[in-house]
Amino acid sequence: MRTFIITGAMTALLSSAGALTPALAGSEDVVVEGAWSRASIGMNRPGAAYMTIRNTGDTPVILIGLVTPLAMMPEIHESKTDADGVSSMAPADEITIAPGESMSLEPGGLHAMLMQLQTPMTEGESYPLTLLFDDGGEVTVEVPILGIAARGPND
Amino acid sequence: MRRRTILGYGAVGAGALLFALFVGWWQVDGPGAPELEGQRPLALSAMDFSLTDHEGNEVGPETLIGRPAMVFFGFTYCPDVCPTTLSDISGWLDDLGDEANEMSVVFITVDPERDTVDAMSEYVGYFHPAIRGWTGEDEEIAKAVRGFRASYERVPTEGGGYTMNHTASVFLFDAAGRFVTMIDYHEPREFAVPKIRRALEQETEGAT
Repeated sequence: MRTFIITGAMTALLSSAGALTPALAGSEDVVVEGAWSRASIGMNRPGAAYMTIRNTGDTPVILIGLVTPLAMMPEIHESKTDADGVSSMAPADEITIAPGESMSLEPGGLHAMLMQLQTPMTEGESYPLTLLFDDGGEVTVEVPILGIAARGPND
Repeated sequence: MRRRTILGYGAVGAGALLFALFVGWWQVDGPGAPELEGQRPLALSAMDFSLTDHEGNEVGPETLIGRPAMVFFGFTYCPDVCPTTLSDISGWLDDLGDEANEMSVVFITVDPERDTVDAMSEYVGYFHPAIRGWTGEDEEIAKAVRGFRASYERVPTEGGGYTMNHTASVFLFDAAGRFVTMIDYHEPREFAVPKIRRALEQETEGAT
């Protein structure tokens, strides 16, 4: 599995190597793993991104928004399927990730919905996606674009 | 006096009759009618709708009779659930191998405004080659959805666009067009593939 490590995790690695005693907090301790997207057909349809967001720290982190040059309106959305089998999708509230926990953005559940694409999403390419947290921290991951029929990060 | 009594009985009788008619209407067609949602889909032979497939052919429920069929609803502007369903189905079809060739697999759009024949053609081209895409007039789509006892709803989104809520289950029919079962969204593949085999086996039983 591809792992995208960001500044916080780098520090964590350094500290686990014995360089520092860790006193890390908040979004610096966020690690994003297994990010992927499906290719789009053109630019009219919205895209989606999936990943696992792990809070390796000891305080909760709250994901409040997304930014990417790929889409004008990236938002966390949630798909739900009710007892009658009817699926619907709506913007999700802020997402709190408890210390030591992880949050999966995966098909059919929470996902990064990429509205108003600025360029088509082409298989084999990738794009940066920045996660914004309530403590003002940001985590940027490079999201690889897989085929339209991909089912997971390893397809 | 006597005449008035008879008239009185007559009025009560007429009232009772009207009441009975009203109750009947209420329960069958009126606000008291049972929700179609959650009911078993009709047999394909009892459905009536006329659509166009992604190659421009006229199609309807009768097109599906004679082979087991797998049918589901969605729309191509759906970023999450629909591509997931289509790729799940592509995976099931890969697992079934040659058996998949004996089935009809149809994706019916609930968003004909954006999902033209060309849009459907391009979209289904990215998935398993057995998957056909059907679209058509609003009214015909609505008739199809009713036949499957499914539902859909247009929902405006911020920014002036819209999305569609819709039944995400996959419906399975045997070769005679009888409803066999459905595969719910998120059902693990180890349950889905045996269900599809069941629909395929009913065809074999029917043939012998």
